[in-house]
Amino acid sequence: MAATQEDALLRIEGLSKVYAAREGPVRALDHVSIDARRGEFLSILGPSGCGKSTLMMIAAGLASASSGAVYVDGERVVSPRTDIGIVFQSPVLLDWRTALENVLLQTESRALERAASEQRARALLTQVGLAGFENKYPHELSGGMRQRVSICRALVHEPHHLMMDEPFGALDALTRDQIGLDLQKLWGERQMTVLFVTHSIAEAVFLSDRVVVMTPRPGRVDAVIDIDLPRPRTLAMRDTPQFAAYNRQIRDYFLASGVLHET
Amino acid sequence: MTPDTRDALHAGAPPKIAIEEVEARVQLAQANRERRARIAGFTFPALVVVAALVLWEASARLAGIPAYILPPPSQIAAVMVEKMPLLLRHGWVSTTEIVLGFLLSVIVGIPLALATFLWPAFARSVYPLLVSSQAVPKMAVAPLFIVWFGFGLMPKVFIAFLIAFFPIVINTVVGLAAIEPEKIYLARSMGLSGTATFFKIRLPNALPSIFGGLKIAITLAVVGAVVGEFVGGDAGLGYLLMSANGSMDTPLLFAGLVGLTFIGIVLFLALEVAERFAIPWHNSVRNPGTGESG
Repeated sequence: MAATQEDALLRIEGLSKVYAAREGPVRALDHVSIDARRGEFLSILGPSGCGKSTLMMIAAGLASASSGAVYVDGERVVSPRTDIGIVFQSPVLLDWRTALENVLLQTESRALERAASEQRARALLTQVGLAGFENKYPHELSGGMRQRVSICRALVHEPHHLMMDEPFGALDALTRDQIGLDLQKLWGERQMTVLFVTHSIAEAVFLSDRVVVMTPRPGRVDAVIDIDLPRPRTLAMRDTPQFAAYNRQIRDYFLASGVLHET
Repeated sequence: MTPDTRDALHAGAPPKIAIEEVEARVQLAQANRERRARIAGFTFPALVVVAALVLWEASARLAGIPAYILPPPSQIAAVMVEKMPLLLRHGWVSTTEIVLGFLLSVIVGIPLALATFLWPAFARSVYPLLVSSQAVPKMAVAPLFIVWFGFGLMPKVFIAFLIAFFPIVINTVVGLAAIEPEKIYLARSMGLSGTATFFKIRLPNALPSIFGGLKIAITLAVVGAVVGEFVGGDAGLGYLLMSANGSMDTPLLFAGLVGLTFIGIVLFLALEVAERFAIPWHNSVRNPGTGESG
């Protein structure tokens, strides 16, 4: 957490989010402070309802904070950020557009040059194994393929910040593994900071440079753990003692905060 | 496993066939199933209709039911052939009323829905009135329209409109509102303007629901036009029904009914065709089972 002002892309400072409800206010986030360093893969890991998705939405400028602030490059975020790519748990594809057209929605919205955009979109689709599926409609694609399209859409404008909200949550285990590997590769080829929201310990350890462990509601930062495993990460690394140690370390936080309990 | 036991296991087994042959058999079986289903889709309803007509014909003749109560189908068909010019003339009048009433309800209904959706103040002030206006029995309004607009085309068009526009408004509003919030978040993060978000994402997203409303509206427009003709008119199939009824010409009454049904079905099918062109990607249009998948 020794990030200085210069190497922090995103600073979340004393962020709280409270919802008004009939039964009284609901604390979703309680004074969360996180710095995301330039180019790092940062995971927000926590149980359902700990406000991690809300945190991402606020960091993206798509939701407002009740108190505290978010800074990007030292500038306070007060409106939706357009310097990012965003991936949700569901692919959020437009049914009336093909895979390629869905990816190009991003560049059309930004009025980027068509030919170059299409070239980048096709290259991305090929890279995630969707060569030959460019002209398929979402209903002709599997769940994993749709989420891959959504990742391509989030990257086609070459953002320097990628935000992902449980992007693999709806996928089967093998597809998760493969997309995780693909994502690592895409990230490795770019100067890109990733904010990755997940509830999977193994996924967070596998992908991240650092993992922010959240407490259950109201969400607070329980711990920030540096994952010191070599890159690129391989599937075999998941069987190493170091990997298991990180898993155990994080699991112990969840046991201590009551997210997990053994009888 | 010894060779002996393996032989014993395979002794009663069917001969081994290549997987390609299995594929071919499965493909053929599936093609046959689909062909049978397609044929059944036509023949079963046709058989039911034919059986019903035969039963009707037989019972009307054998039981000696007088034609002014229940004419046999053969007599209705004969009347239809004989009075085709009359039916066509009145049918054309009704069709004009229905189509104009429907178009008017689209022209008024969709902007009304847009205004309701886009301006909360408008929604709060007009929408409750709109909903409660539907409690007014529209058939009862028909005589008033005759007083206001005379006996011509206009009162029928207005009654058809009055009945038909409501489902268009409701379905358009529901369709515009029913969108995953993530689609809107995505649009904002892409820097898409409010107007562009509406036309690129929200409106196409609402089209299936809007078409649902249009299909209800076209059937209601038929009802509206006929009600208008009942109440006061000198043309149209509704008027023909009333006058046939007055002169106890029941076969002609049935002929008019068949004509109205035909108009209703044709207009409904026309909308389905339009839907197929407008939203080929939606599963109300897509035929499940034939959609190719990757």
